[in-house]
Amino acid sequence: MADFTSGFWDLYVAIITLLGIVACGVLLYSQSKVKAKPGSDGTTGHVWDEDLTELNTPLPRWWMWLFYITIVFALAYLVLYPGLGSYAGKLGWKSSGAYQEELSRAKADYEPLFARYAGQSIETVAADPQARAIGERLFLTYCAQCHGSDARGNKGYPDLTDNDWLHGGDPSVIKQTILKGRNGMMPPMGAALGSDADIENVAHYVKSLSGLTADPIKTAFGKSKFSACIACHSADGHGNQALGAPNLTDKVWLYGGSAETIMETIRKGRTNTMPSFEEFLGEPKVHVLAAYVWGLSNDTKSVAKK
Amino acid sequence: MSEEAVKPVVIRMYAAREEIYPREAKGRYARLRWLCVWLTQIVFYGLPWLNWNGRQAVLFDLGARKFYIFGMVLWPQDFIYLAALLIICAYLLFLVTAVAGRVWCGFACPQTVYTEIFMWIERRIEGARSARIRLDRQPWGPQKFARKTAKHLAWGGVALITGFTFVGYFAPMRTLLAQIGAFALGPWEWFWIGFYAFATYGNAGWMREQVCKYMCPYARFQSAMFDKDTLIVTYDVERGEPRGALARTDSKADSKTGEKKGDCIDCNVCVQVCPTGIDIRKGLQYECIGCAACVDGCNTVMDKIGKPHGLIRYATDNAMMQHWSVAQIKRRMLRPRVMIYTALLALIVVAFATALALRTPLKLDVIRDRGSMGREVGDGLIENVYRLQIMNTAETGHTFRITVHGIEGVRLATAEQATLDGASTRAVPVRVQVERSAAGRGSNQIVFELTAVDDPSLHVQEKAVFIVPK
Repeated sequence: MADFTSGFWDLYVAIITLLGIVACGVLLYSQSKVKAKPGSDGTTGHVWDEDLTELNTPLPRWWMWLFYITIVFALAYLVLYPGLGSYAGKLGWKSSGAYQEELSRAKADYEPLFARYAGQSIETVAADPQARAIGERLFLTYCAQCHGSDARGNKGYPDLTDNDWLHGGDPSVIKQTILKGRNGMMPPMGAALGSDADIENVAHYVKSLSGLTADPIKTAFGKSKFSACIACHSADGHGNQALGAPNLTDKVWLYGGSAETIMETIRKGRTNTMPSFEEFLGEPKVHVLAAYVWGLSNDTKSVAKK
Repeated sequence: MSEEAVKPVVIRMYAAREEIYPREAKGRYARLRWLCVWLTQIVFYGLPWLNWNGRQAVLFDLGARKFYIFGMVLWPQDFIYLAALLIICAYLLFLVTAVAGRVWCGFACPQTVYTEIFMWIERRIEGARSARIRLDRQPWGPQKFARKTAKHLAWGGVALITGFTFVGYFAPMRTLLAQIGAFALGPWEWFWIGFYAFATYGNAGWMREQVCKYMCPYARFQSAMFDKDTLIVTYDVERGEPRGALARTDSKADSKTGEKKGDCIDCNVCVQVCPTGIDIRKGLQYECIGCAACVDGCNTVMDKIGKPHGLIRYATDNAMMQHWSVAQIKRRMLRPRVMIYTALLALIVVAFATALALRTPLKLDVIRDRGSMGREVGDGLIENVYRLQIMNTAETGHTFRITVHGIEGVRLATAEQATLDGASTRAVPVRVQVERSAAGRGSNQIVFELTAVDDPSLHVQEKAVFIVPK
C-alpha cells in the first residue's frame, strides 16, 4: 500500500534521493583536486588570516575510492531494495515478508516439540512437567492479561482454577473454547420481569440459591418470577453449559454476588467475549495450553498413574 | 596581481600510498615489543582452549545471551560491568598516554602486534629491507612469483588461524574445530572466520601504518593528552646537530672546517626502521606511534661509532629543553594531571572489583498484574497477584524460598518455593493476601525476598506495590 495518496510524492522522494547521491559524487570529484598556487614549503598556497597556511598532506587514494564505493553501493541498494519512492526493488524484499519468514522459521523450530504433545491426550500432556512449563509460559503470554497470572480471573473474566465452568470443563471443551472462542450473552430481562421490585425479588431469590443471606419475603416473591429464567438457567438454577448459562447455586460470581450487581445483571443483561485463538496460536499450541488450563483445577497426578 | 608570478597548479587531495619497507630494528624496545606480542598472543590464541568446570572458560554466547568468564556467567542485565570495564580501559589509556605517550600503540595494540608478526614472516620469506625493495622493483618472474605467493599464503594461514580463534570466543572452540574437520560449519561461522581473517590479513599485511594514520580515532585523540612532561620518542637536537657523514678521524674534520660536528651521522637508519615512514629528527609528528624502533636503530649505530646511547630516546619536551636527568623526569611524572587520572582510575577499579565480588547470581523482577487492582477473597482478605520473574544466573540449580514482608500479616497464598535450573529464567505467579484492616487504602509498599534454600547467602529482594481497593 502506498503511503501517499498522490503519486507526486513518490516521484518527489525518488528524485531527491537520486539528486542527493549524484551531488555526493559531484562534490567528491570536484573536491579531489583544487587549483592553487602552491607554496615552496609543501603548503597548498592558501593563506588565511594573514599567516595561516595549510600543509598539503593528501589522503591515500583508496580512501577516495571508498567514497565512490559507497555511491555505487547506494545505487545498487536502491535497485535491489525498496527505497526509491514506491519502487519495490528487484529482490521484492518486504518487512512483512521478513516477518513471515521468521515466523515460519520459528514454526519449523518448535513444531516437532508441539507435534509430540499433539499425539497425546490432553490429560497425559497435563501430567508432563515440561508441557506444563510450556503451557504456563503460553498462558502468561497470551491469557494472563484477562484471566490473571494466577488464572483466577477478574470481574468479567472467569476464574479458571475453581472447577466451575461456564461452557464445560472437559479437556476437549476447554480446547474448543480456546480454539473457537466463546460469546456469552445474558439478555436484558428488565422488561420481561416487570417492575424494579420484581427484579429485586428475583435477585434475592438468586442469592438464596447459593445459600447467601437474602430477604425471605422477597425470595418467596422472586421464586415465582424466576420462571422467566429457567429456559437457560434451568428450574433449579444449575444453569446449562451447552448454552453457557452459569450455575447460580455455586457461590461463583463472574460480575459480583451482591443484590445490586445481580439486579444490574438482570436488568441490563451481560455480553462477554472470549476471543478465538485458533488462527493466532494454531492447534498444536492450544493443545498444550488447554492441558495447562485443565491441570489448574484437576489432579494431574492421578492421570499420570493410569 | 603582477607580483604573484607563481602559476596556479592542480593539487590533488588524494595520492597513492608510498610503500614503506621498515628495516628490522634490534634492541631493548624490539625485545619488549616481542615480549608483548608473545604475551598477548598466548592469551588470545590460548584462552579459548581453556576449560573451566566442564565448559569453555571464556565464551561469549551471543545466541543465548550468556557470557561465561571463568566462574562467572554474565547476562545482558550485567551490561553495566562492560561499561565499567570500558571506562577503566579509557582511563588507563588516558593515564598511560599522559605519562608515556603512545606506548599502547607502539607495543600492545593488535594493529602493531599483528603487523610485527606479518613483518617477521615477510622478512623470513622476502629478506631484509633492501632485498624487499629489490624484489618489488624487479619484473615478475618465477622467483618473485614464488616468494610473493609463499608470503601471502603464510599471511593467509596466520590470518585464518586468527579468524578461527576469534570465532572460538563466540562459538565453542572444540565443537568449532570438529565442525571444520567435518565441513559442517554454519554460514555465519564461515563468514566471521573469513571476515576476521580478511581483516587481519588486510590490516597487518597491506594497510599497516595507514590504519594508525588515517583510520584510528585513538591515535588522534591521544595527542590531546600529551603535555610537555609526556615521555615521547625524541631526537636530541643539541647533541646530534649539525649532522653529517662520519669523517675518517674527528680531529681532521674539525680542523678542516673549523666547526664541531654533532653525533648524528645522517645514516638514515632511524628513518628506515620507522614503521610509519617518518623522520623523527624533525620532531614529534602525529604519525609517530611511539614504538621506539628508531631508538633501537640509532643505539645500534651509536655502538658502532663508539658514541653513547640516547641520541634518540624516550624523553619529555621539558627534559630536552632543560637538560633534566632521568630522576628529574621521574619526579615530574607525579604531576597533578597524572595524580588525578590515577586517583580516578583506582576509584573505578576498586568500585568495579567490589561490585563484581558482591554480585549476586540471582535477579528478581516483580511485575504486578494490571488486570485487577486487588480482589476481595473470603474472610475480609485483599489479594493482589504478581508475576515474579526470577533469573538464576548461577550455573547450578537452586530452590528458592519466596517470602514477602512490609505489611503486618502479609502472606503468600501460593507455593513458597520455586525451583530453577542453572542459568535459567522462570516466571512464577504469586498471590499475596493482606487483612483489609492491616493496610491503608490505595497503594502500600511490600518487599519480596528470595533466598536459596541450600545457600542463605544467595538472596535478593525487590520492592513492589500492594493495592487495597477503595
